[in-house]
Amino acid sequence: MSAATALKAPRPIPGAPREYHFPRFDRRRLSNGLELVVAPVTKLPLSTVAIISDAGAACDRQGREGTAQLVAKLMTEGGTERSDGAELTARFERLGASIDSHADWDAAALTMTCMAEHLPAAFDLLGEVMLTPAFRAREVERLKAERVAELLQLRAEPRGLADEQFSRFVYNASSRYAKPDDGDEASIAAIDRDLLLSFYETRYAPGGTTIVVVGDVTVDQAEELAQRVFGSWKGGKPARVTADDLPVKRERAVHLIAKADAPQSELRIGHVGIPRNHPDFFPVNVMNAVLGGLFNSRINMNLREVHGYTYGAFSGIQWRRQAGPFVVSTAVKSEVTANAAREILLEINRIRAEPVLPEELSLATSYLDGVFPIRFETTSAIAAALAVLVVHGLPEDYYDRYREHVRSMTIDRLLDAAQRHLHPDSLQMVVVGDPSVVRAPLEALGFGPISLYDTLGNPAR
Amino acid sequence: MVLGGVQFRPMRIPIDTFSLPNGLFVTLSEDHTAPIVAVNLWYHVGSANERPGRTGFAHLFEHMLFQGSADVEANEHFELVQRAGGTLNGSTWLERTNYYETVPSNQLELALWLEANRMGKLLPAMTQQKLDTQREVVMNERRWTMDNQPYGTWMERLPALCFPSDHPFHHSLIGSMEDLTAASLDDIANFFATYYTPDNAVLSIAGDFDPAEARRLIERHFGAIPRGKGKPPLPDMSLPPVFGQWKREVVPDDVMLPRLFLAFRSPAFGTDEYYAASVCGAVLGLRNASRLRRRLVLERQIAAEASAFTYDLSKGSDLLVVDVTARPGVHAEQLEQEVAHEIDTLVRDGVGPEEVERSVAVIQTSFVSALQEAGERADRLSMFATYFGKPQLVNDEVDRYRAVTAEAVNAFARERLGEDNRASLLYVARDDNPGELVGAGAATEAL
Repeated sequence: MSAATALKAPRPIPGAPREYHFPRFDRRRLSNGLELVVAPVTKLPLSTVAIISDAGAACDRQGREGTAQLVAKLMTEGGTERSDGAELTARFERLGASIDSHADWDAAALTMTCMAEHLPAAFDLLGEVMLTPAFRAREVERLKAERVAELLQLRAEPRGLADEQFSRFVYNASSRYAKPDDGDEASIAAIDRDLLLSFYETRYAPGGTTIVVVGDVTVDQAEELAQRVFGSWKGGKPARVTADDLPVKRERAVHLIAKADAPQSELRIGHVGIPRNHPDFFPVNVMNAVLGGLFNSRINMNLREVHGYTYGAFSGIQWRRQAGPFVVSTAVKSEVTANAAREILLEINRIRAEPVLPEELSLATSYLDGVFPIRFETTSAIAAALAVLVVHGLPEDYYDRYREHVRSMTIDRLLDAAQRHLHPDSLQMVVVGDPSVVRAPLEALGFGPISLYDTLGNPAR
Repeated sequence: MVLGGVQFRPMRIPIDTFSLPNGLFVTLSEDHTAPIVAVNLWYHVGSANERPGRTGFAHLFEHMLFQGSADVEANEHFELVQRAGGTLNGSTWLERTNYYETVPSNQLELALWLEANRMGKLLPAMTQQKLDTQREVVMNERRWTMDNQPYGTWMERLPALCFPSDHPFHHSLIGSMEDLTAASLDDIANFFATYYTPDNAVLSIAGDFDPAEARRLIERHFGAIPRGKGKPPLPDMSLPPVFGQWKREVVPDDVMLPRLFLAFRSPAFGTDEYYAASVCGAVLGLRNASRLRRRLVLERQIAAEASAFTYDLSKGSDLLVVDVTARPGVHAEQLEQEVAHEIDTLVRDGVGPEEVERSVAVIQTSFVSALQEAGERADRLSMFATYFGKPQLVNDEVDRYRAVTAEAVNAFARERLGEDNRASLLYVARDDNPGELVGAGAATEAL
């Protein structure tokens, strides 16, 4: 700190923080095994319902990747026995309800927010969606074609392309995580309506489904609605599928995807991380906040504020039931691609070599601690948090104890987490950029052997 | 009023206002449901206020406001707010620039002190090195959002196509590389002295605070900042109600699928006619049951995506924009014809009450949803206070939408959606991209 700093005006001193607790929630269970999690929140006359089914992309069969996402989307877009997809959506929207259905790696979610006065009517519609989806052949073909269009678009979209290609270079080819969660051209082409129907029948069942209700509603009211709409739903409990998360066996390497004349390079540097339920979740999360999780983290300060290489640079772990990737992401001016990669590598090595400074630890922990209430201002954010609890089987008091876990973090535990969970020797680097500008400097950097690919991911010269 | 057979419960948020002697306008809205408070400052300056040859300056300046002030080090603003457990950012638009923090309620004074420090004492902290670094950051922001992003240049091409070349909304918000390079520390000083003054700003606080305490803190930290010397008036922003022709621009780009932005000059944000235009946009392209999505994505299957939005410009006139991306195999000309056909149908046959009802219901839910967040409340209060001097308008918003009838939407459509008021910005694949030429089935094989 310079002498000038000492002369600066004193910062305001905060009073004691007001107490906060995560919204209280209660659980109920219907006789068919359907779980209900309800958090009454009455700030505004709104309600959010999230129906979580054990039907995520991890359940996709090999060669049929994209099934889970297609099924999830078709739940609404494929219509029901009564209404086609367009009319079904219109019935939700005439209530003012927003409706979304999609699958992530670990679960499928049907999510709806509406004014509280429309909750009973919206609940009926949600029941219709869950119990009587029609998977109309025309919509099956349309959604498959839309996925193909999306993949085509990706060839000209450096950000998405870098994300998509990164997975295949860090996971073993056998791993579900090596393939796009929404599937590729070949797997989408191989999916037919029968497969989608049997996926629905196997994976969408009361024993594998939890309904989260948050908003201007009581627990009893929510239970009554659930009983009325879902009480007659028959089915068992689908078996849990465990995704193969094996990392690729490869030394450090650079995978350069050629995009001629690109003014920027999209960079992804990382490796396979750890699962959400790993005992080191908190130390790894706080360590990442120091490394690259926040605006004031080391990587963004270095690349953006010291060097002006980028508009932003961040690191993170994608938390899944099995080990999701740890990845540093940024887009930098083409000419400084190798420099930026060098700085990222330097920061990863540094956080493993030296203890973080006390003020770095306190910045990360006081941020995660203080921002906690701000994360749960809306019914949909609270519902999403409860969905995490459900999907990962976290303890009931997880959100009540979250801040204690963060506050108890130490410099030693961060160093330990960095040393055990960051692996500089197995980092894979994906660059979507202009080879004529970036290749020679990347060779000089000596990060690892460089392979060149076209935008389809095929080896190129 | 009855919607969907259920009584509508009106919702109002509490609003207090006062002004400091130096002209700072303050709005306060209490809500004690969580220990959270949002501080939000709007400066009534945006890219519209830039001088020729200095495009992108308002936005570059926004970056400089995070580079410290007399009592705050570079990037310390971010660090202090994050250390306090807060979130923060800023953004630049054609008509305004905003800065905001949401913090635990015991940290209200920190947020006010930081905002006051940079409003009152920015210049002593400015250095050439900081400017050079942020210029590089902004150039990378431009590459990231526009130059290296398919269709990314629409953000500057569309206003350029829709507004006359001497109109303040015509030029690029993020600026040209040349102009960014030319920006100097003197420009920073002049811009700051002219526009970053208390009488050109609105301060809103929403959430968990004590009003008397908040007022005391605001007076303490902002009270001594001198009033500005006035800002150069914007030229007359008014334009004829229609373009007078169908303006067209075709952009060959590094894209796989054609994409059409079809814009209409529309009534300025805040007018009764604006609400009819906004509902018309929602009928066309808000959410899944909207017309363009039903007709072009679901039924005809010639579009991969379809949506509509307004710029919400409060001065002179606004823009209503329809945004449609083709499915593989659909040519750009066909895309434009099909979209135009849907617009023509709407003008000719009108919209029905049920479509209006759906649109208003969806808009209402998303408006109320947004108001759950202290930061969103504060931002909307600042918006209505900055543009109209009346933050209370936030409580009229739902009623104004509910007052829109099918007749009003149809009157708007007849007046503004005709061929004399269209501007097409049509992106097409460059010759070396095959996407436009192959059919949907063939695309699978080609890949």
